[in-house]
Amino acid sequence: MAIKVEMPKLSDTMEEGVIAKWNVEEGDDVESGDIIAEVETDKATMEVEVFDAGTILKILADEGDAVPLGNIMAIIGEEDEDISDLLEEAESGGGSADESSTADDVETKADEKDDEEYDPVFNELDNNDNGQADDGRIKASPLARKMAEEQGISLSNVKGSGPHGRIIKRDIESYEPSRAPAAAATVSREDTEHRVSQMRKTIARRLSESKFSSPHFYETIDIDMQPVWDARKQINEVSDTKISFNDIVVKACATALRQHPDINSSWQEDRIIEHGNVNIAVAVGIDEGLVTPVIDNTDQKGLQQIAAEGRDLIERAKDRSLQPEEMEGSTFTVSNLGMFGIEEFTAIINPPNACILAVGAIREVPVVEDGEVVPGKRMKVTLSSDHRIVDGVSAAKFLNTLKGMLENPLGMVL
Amino acid sequence: MAELQFREAIRAAIDEEMAQDEDIFVMGEEVAEYDGAYKVTEGLLDKYGSKRMIDTPISELGFAGIGVGAAMNGLRPIVEFMTFNFAVLAADQIINHASKAKYMTGGQVNVPIVFRGPNASAGQLSATHSVSYDAMYAHFPGLKVIYTSEPADAKGLLKSAIRDDNPVLFMESEQMYGLKGEVPEEDDFTIPIGKAKVKREGSDVTVVAHGKMYHVAKQAAQQLDKEGVDVEIIDPRTVKPLDIETIVKSIQKTNRCVIVDEAHPFGGLAAEVGYLIQREAFDYLDAPVQRVTLPDTNAPFAKNLFDEWLPSPDQVIDAINTVTYRK
Repeated sequence: MAIKVEMPKLSDTMEEGVIAKWNVEEGDDVESGDIIAEVETDKATMEVEVFDAGTILKILADEGDAVPLGNIMAIIGEEDEDISDLLEEAESGGGSADESSTADDVETKADEKDDEEYDPVFNELDNNDNGQADDGRIKASPLARKMAEEQGISLSNVKGSGPHGRIIKRDIESYEPSRAPAAAATVSREDTEHRVSQMRKTIARRLSESKFSSPHFYETIDIDMQPVWDARKQINEVSDTKISFNDIVVKACATALRQHPDINSSWQEDRIIEHGNVNIAVAVGIDEGLVTPVIDNTDQKGLQQIAAEGRDLIERAKDRSLQPEEMEGSTFTVSNLGMFGIEEFTAIINPPNACILAVGAIREVPVVEDGEVVPGKRMKVTLSSDHRIVDGVSAAKFLNTLKGMLENPLGMVL
Repeated sequence: MAELQFREAIRAAIDEEMAQDEDIFVMGEEVAEYDGAYKVTEGLLDKYGSKRMIDTPISELGFAGIGVGAAMNGLRPIVEFMTFNFAVLAADQIINHASKAKYMTGGQVNVPIVFRGPNASAGQLSATHSVSYDAMYAHFPGLKVIYTSEPADAKGLLKSAIRDDNPVLFMESEQMYGLKGEVPEEDDFTIPIGKAKVKREGSDVTVVAHGKMYHVAKQAAQQLDKEGVDVEIIDPRTVKPLDIETIVKSIQKTNRCVIVDEAHPFGGLAAEVGYLIQREAFDYLDAPVQRVTLPDTNAPFAKNLFDEWLPSPDQVIDAINTVTYRK
């Protein structure tokens, strides 16, 4: 009895997965527990395990294809087993996400590829580039590259006539700028297109949803950071783990949230959930976008633990090895752009949170103390709140508690 | 100039050198009484006597060793192998002794010896008699390797090989012994070892081909000429030391290259030349270098299979079409 391998739900927000890599080919035998593929989800690249032993009878999606959740990726069974029913199912929408890529097409494609690769004379020179994988790289022969450079021609404007679109000598020789520029100063450059990554899609969907469905309002408060500045210096003299300003802000938020459960809540249409735990997510910018790993029970953890966990999460976020569950379950989010010198900004609420805190840079500014102008250290934070849950006064109260804690950091220790 | 067969050109080279230098002698199977298995040494026994024209038993390792020893002691032997396919038996003397004696004695001992005979395939001779050995010997430091394609080159380079104080492997082909060509007659005519020759000028593609493959490349070039493709053919003539400069200079003009080699592809001369081209002429290449070689399998006996196995003008045309983006 043949078994379908369907695109599994590898994170609670994924709707489709992109096949990053197949570890098996048709005809391979697999055991229960074998990792047959790697799938790029909206959050991470995950391994797909099979639960049944058998032979891979059919692979229904190519590497790079997006397969909707629950659709058939592959069929496992006994050799020579009739799987026409399953193939039909796959074809009728249960299969590959790419509508044109039906089972038959896959078959044909594979055949063509075999034909192409079979070349008794030049077989060692064939590369497997099918010219379809658009990695954005311009293919040009070394000579064409050199000629283009000497003549000041941008290769991105030249259409390649060689195999896989390679730009070759004759393309440079026959190149005519589409419009002779009046002044040689400007060069027209063509647009480039990039495939939207799973992560980008998720960011787009979730943040649009947040911004367009929850009415945001913003409150900014200016905090005297001199006390934190001094306290951090003292702490770092004795702490094994280096404590950052952000760690202290996260800790202060956690303590303040414990006092303001209305901020630590979620809108559920007919109900409002005030969360029992305080789980603060920290926004981390990475190459492909951003992720928000969560420090669980933040209020119960000391600064050292917050610093250590935070650093670990950020490092693993950057090499994309976070597990989906490490990015779930937040009740509040802190986003800090202070290290980029951003004085203040507004953030979009990270659903299902009620609020997000946008943290700016600590600035050295003149402040008036006892009628005298003296140097001070100030930081602006802006709280974005979902007005369906939080009102202006409660947001202001939370911010004042936070300000109070940061201006009297010893209070957090109590 | 005289029109000579390939075998006559080789004989002329040996004859002229033997006449000038009494230390030179010829040794091998059937070289004297029988005038050579391919009549290369015809008449030389009568002229130089049995002390300088020596028939040996069928014992390649033995007479190669005698040759190396004689060379180390100041004579200048020319050792003929009935084919280099048989010289595998003598490989220890060539690879381990001839090539290394000068090095291991700190330059005190020269080994001025020429090993010569036909190389590679010659029709339906099956797997063990159809191997091309030039790249294998060229792999070893201390050996010079020559594999020529035309009578004049053969004469000029064999004379240089005999005069060289290092061991030289001089390769020929059973199938080319009857090939005729204009050959200079002067006694002092030589061609320096390590110089390639542009044998056909062209602007569209550089074809590197030596030995028997030069003639395959020539046929391909003549065919493509009718289609307006202007092929330049370079015959390296000497496999080692290889004249890469001449090849690079040609590629700077044509921007494309096909290497034709009557050897297996892996680690062969075509692989080495391809590497050198990408290193020395990278910015001049408009297409990846292609090579036409034997497949990575042994020579078949059946004629239809053999014809598929051996590089043909059609295969060369295919490769040229690929690098010139004509297909």
